[in-house]
Amino acid sequence: MIRCHLLSLAASTFLALGLSGAAQAGDSFIVVQSTTSTQNSGLFDHILPIFTEKTGIEVRVVAVGTGQAIQNAANGDGDVLFVHAKPAEEKFVAQGHGVARFDVMYNDFVIVGPPADPAGVAGITDVVDALTRIAEAEAPFASRGDDSGTNKAELRLWAETGIDVRAVSGDWYRETGSGMGATLNTGTAMGAYIMTDRATWIAFGNKGSYKIAVAGDAKMFNQYGIILVNPEMHENVKAEAGQTFIDWVLSDEGQAAIADYKVDGQQLFFPNAG
Amino acid sequence: MRDMTLDMTIPDGATAPALLACQGLSFDAGGKRLINDLTLEIRPGRRTLVMGPNGAGKSVLLRLLHGLIAPTVGAVLWQGDPLDRAARDAQAMVFQRPVMLRRSVLANLKFALTVRGVTGAARAAKAAEALELARLTDLARRPARVLSGGEQQRLALARALVGEPRLLFLDEPTSSLDPASTHAIEDLINAAHARGVSIVMVTHDLGQARRMGDDVIFLQNGTLAEDGTLQDVLAAPQAPSTKAWLEGRLYTAP
Amino acid sequence: MFSLTDILSEALGLILTWDRGLSEIVMLSLRVTLTAVVISCLIGLPLGAVVGAFRFPGRGVLTVLLNALMGLPPVVVGLVVYLMLSASGPLGVLQLLYTPTAMIIAQTILVTPIIAALTKQVVEDLHVEYREQFASLGVGAFDRITALLWDARYSLLTVALAGFGRAVAEVGAVLIVGGNINHVTRVMTTTIALETSKGNLELALALGLLLLAIAVIVNALVMALRASAVRAAYA
Repeated sequence: MIRCHLLSLAASTFLALGLSGAAQAGDSFIVVQSTTSTQNSGLFDHILPIFTEKTGIEVRVVAVGTGQAIQNAANGDGDVLFVHAKPAEEKFVAQGHGVARFDVMYNDFVIVGPPADPAGVAGITDVVDALTRIAEAEAPFASRGDDSGTNKAELRLWAETGIDVRAVSGDWYRETGSGMGATLNTGTAMGAYIMTDRATWIAFGNKGSYKIAVAGDAKMFNQYGIILVNPEMHENVKAEAGQTFIDWVLSDEGQAAIADYKVDGQQLFFPNAG
Repeated sequence: MRDMTLDMTIPDGATAPALLACQGLSFDAGGKRLINDLTLEIRPGRRTLVMGPNGAGKSVLLRLLHGLIAPTVGAVLWQGDPLDRAARDAQAMVFQRPVMLRRSVLANLKFALTVRGVTGAARAAKAAEALELARLTDLARRPARVLSGGEQQRLALARALVGEPRLLFLDEPTSSLDPASTHAIEDLINAAHARGVSIVMVTHDLGQARRMGDDVIFLQNGTLAEDGTLQDVLAAPQAPSTKAWLEGRLYTAP
Repeated sequence: MFSLTDILSEALGLILTWDRGLSEIVMLSLRVTLTAVVISCLIGLPLGAVVGAFRFPGRGVLTVLLNALMGLPPVVVGLVVYLMLSASGPLGVLQLLYTPTAMIIAQTILVTPIIAALTKQVVEDLHVEYREQFASLGVGAFDRITALLWDARYSLLTVALAGFGRAVAEVGAVLIVGGNINHVTRVMTTTIALETSKGNLELALALGLLLLAIAVIVNALVMALRASAVRAAYA
């Protein structure tokens, strides 16, 4: 009796497994290695159905930090790379992992902070000045610390201030070693300033009393790029379908779809292909 | 009055060659000698009792003879040859505390038959026969572990007998049972004996010994105190330790 | 900041507005986890029983290894499986990365040591009781293992549940090898992680409650089976 139950359970799970295998066997999908900001902001949920509807190609997004996304793509685990760390992307192409890099869209980084504003940076536009003040006040600052695109951009800005944040890591400078969302959750809970891309911030659901403190500096420009993983280097890459996706993202229709995505009436990404 | 065919299946124990024998058998465990230089014979068709005070090594001797443990010195011989798989298959054992598989009464019997290679209709028939013999037919579907002590021991006995052994070891099979259950077990043992199964049984119960014994082996501190027919030993015990035991005294070696 | 009422009403809302997306996630969670547990049992039960019932050279080392592997960090397992299944890894040609199959493989690696180590303990205890009886009946090695596993079946259900618990709650490994791809490899735990990173903490906690409820239901079903067995004194 019980044996029968166990057997039927086993049989049904194996059947399910087999069916799932069959369902995946289709060739009409691509894997895009991308970042948490594009995923968490809801952009993909908005634009991908439009693309799939048009082409019949399903897009499977693996959303991780830019560093990990580039590493995964360099391993050949993906057809398209869609991230935001231009120097690292150019290196990826130079190493032969990618075919070519194209600008897709941009938004900007902002520094969010607690309403008490202990470093007195609210309203400052000059980001280097603001970071210097935060360091002087030794106000808590939560960093991704995960080699992501946002993390790389943040470290470039700290470098301009001449402050060695690695030396004070663990003191007022705190590296969470996690994604943007986790860092926002952690940082807001510890009353720290946090640098984030605007899209993630607008879509973030746990802002508490936090507000944007620093924004508007040209140095906070956040460019997204798209690259086809090189099929000559990684033979399993679905070059044709991947190129179809890239062409669409860069097309007028794709660019319009990006511009069209709004949260709370605010546009999150600004297309700038071509 | 025995009929002729039965007489033929039970040879005269006094003259028949030994079914099981050991010479200079010793067994050590934990740095202690539990069985010391034992030489004895188990004769076919007989009910041999193993008696002696607690700690004399009775259970250890049974396990040695059954091949559950290997002797430190000496060997056990089955009809003159070392114990092998076939010899082991011709033996069975019922333990003091019956080991009940976590299955039904019937499944316990079927298990013993299956490991002997008996399957299908033959297995069903033999299991049913064993149930009938042990008067457990009505309890066939019950989990073995909910049976009473007496019922469990009857099942253990029936399970030991389905393999049709020639020699059956019993380690105090009735030590924790009431008189009625004890009686039922003794009946089953005697019935098996009547079918030609030789019996080797450990018992502390002198009354049971008088009812069941043909031969007796008396152990004292792992050594053979004396052996012989029960009648002779009870009538005229030779060893001081046997005499003391029979008189219910604590024996202390001189 | 968060009240239990908010979380509960969110959870209730989830159940009341139960949609295809949610049931897809729940079903995938169950499918991946149950498949991994079944495969782990197919490997771990006999392995544990052999280690529990027999003495052989290397048994001690194997026991220590199994016990230690019970504490494998899921992220490490995820990474190892990723490196195996990656296009540039040795099994890359199978193209299993970012599929439910990859998640099942990772969870099987996590769960098998648990099943094997706990089975070993259960079978060892039972074998102490059965050993002499088996020897007396002349039970061969194969029959011994199957008999011990069958007779310990109700204790082993609890063992399987321990494996289920580990697998269904696990996020680190399935996130890495599954990629948390919407409609493909998104399960309850990775959804919870995603919603947390989006700052939707009420939704994340509500999903957590749902996961807990599913775990409770699975455990209750198995325990009901076991309770009736205990009443019948099979265990």
